[in-house]
Amino acid sequence: MDWSPIWLTLRLAIITTSILFAIGLPIAYWLSKGRSLAKIVIEAIITMPLVLPPSVLGFYLLIAFSPQHGIGLWLQQHFNIQFVFSFQGLVLASVIYSMPFMIGPIKSALQQLPVSLAQASYTLGKTEWQTFIKVLLPNIRASLLTAIVLTFAHTLGEFGVVLMIGGNIPHVTRVASIAIYDSVENMDYATANAYSLCLFVVTFIIVIAVFIFNKRTAKIPLE
Amino acid sequence: MIIIDIEKKIRTYEGYRLLQINTAIKLNSINCITGSSGAGKTTLLKIIAGLTTPEKGKIVVNDGVWLDTGSRINLSPQKRRAGFVFQEYALFPNMTVRQHLHYACADDDWINELLHFAKLETLEQHKPEYLSGGQQQRLAIIRALAIKPKLMLMDEPFSALDMDIRQAMIPELKQLLQKFDITSLIVTHNPQELEGIADNTIHIQ
Repeated sequence: MDWSPIWLTLRLAIITTSILFAIGLPIAYWLSKGRSLAKIVIEAIITMPLVLPPSVLGFYLLIAFSPQHGIGLWLQQHFNIQFVFSFQGLVLASVIYSMPFMIGPIKSALQQLPVSLAQASYTLGKTEWQTFIKVLLPNIRASLLTAIVLTFAHTLGEFGVVLMIGGNIPHVTRVASIAIYDSVENMDYATANAYSLCLFVVTFIIVIAVFIFNKRTAKIPLE
Repeated sequence: MIIIDIEKKIRTYEGYRLLQINTAIKLNSINCITGSSGAGKTTLLKIIAGLTTPEKGKIVVNDGVWLDTGSRINLSPQKRRAGFVFQEYALFPNMTVRQHLHYACADDDWINELLHFAKLETLEQHKPEYLSGGQQQRLAIIRALAIKPKLMLMDEPFSALDMDIRQAMIPELKQLLQKFDITSLIVTHNPQELEGIADNTIHIQ
């Protein structure tokens, strides 16, 4: 059996989750503070992949980053970067597609923290950054973990978007979900089963680990 | 002298109303703030601390201008460094009692003195969820004192304390406030508890 689709999928999920964690935290924090028309519009754009068919998103990304015109042509000419039918294209599509899974839980958790926690920290002379790192983040640990796991698991299972922008190039863009589809198309059920089982086991272990972690952190206070 | 002259529109169940305060407070005094529910007592404390901004007004503390809407001066809460005891305590769930104080200041002797004052020495490794309401309230008070503020703003700071702890703690608190020349504004629904220690009462209509 060719293991490359599994490794490619895991690599894609790890890179996507890392990028989304880095950019998702500040965006979620910004969105959690107050409401303005700009925030509502940006939040709606971030949430779109949740309701949009993956093939629609994939189609627009394919058109946008096509090296024949627009942004794709500009990136190709100035930076020699091609997003269509390449691994970096898969990363870009995954980041956009999984963004609501990272930002949503973190934003909600930050909004549910009492405002007075940050205010108390400010009155102690602490900056917004110190307050975010020392007070806000440690108190949304469970939601951070949920966001990371949801993003990782969602990236593992992507199909429509990655197929549209990445195609089915072995060792480059042929991730596990596409390999499963391909194997079924070729009536190779044994290989399809092996890939499916791998994905099933990996996601099951992750979800179990999260449940155990959240159960351990949810201590029962004294009466 | 602390001069407070502010105007802020506040939202109540009956609609908007204007909170208007114009008062002068003597330095190093203990001031009791009373008024009916929704009168704006908490809002006043938050305006003084810099956590809320009024539409119009001026706050001058010992010749330093903290707020002057006319001149667009509005110091941040970090610069004002007023000790603030929140009505709902606002303790940090991720920190132990000692970590709360360490977050506010690095002076271990002062931290130990505060722990002794609040009778929380034996609970210093406990997180707020394992403290009773009274213990949480005492922690909120000493966390605000930890920064050695020149102005303490306390919102119902004794409401969850047992009668005997309250009776022991209030005179001790007065001593601490006097020792460090701290001016205090204490919001209370029960002005009797501050009888004999408050120098002045401000009633908000």
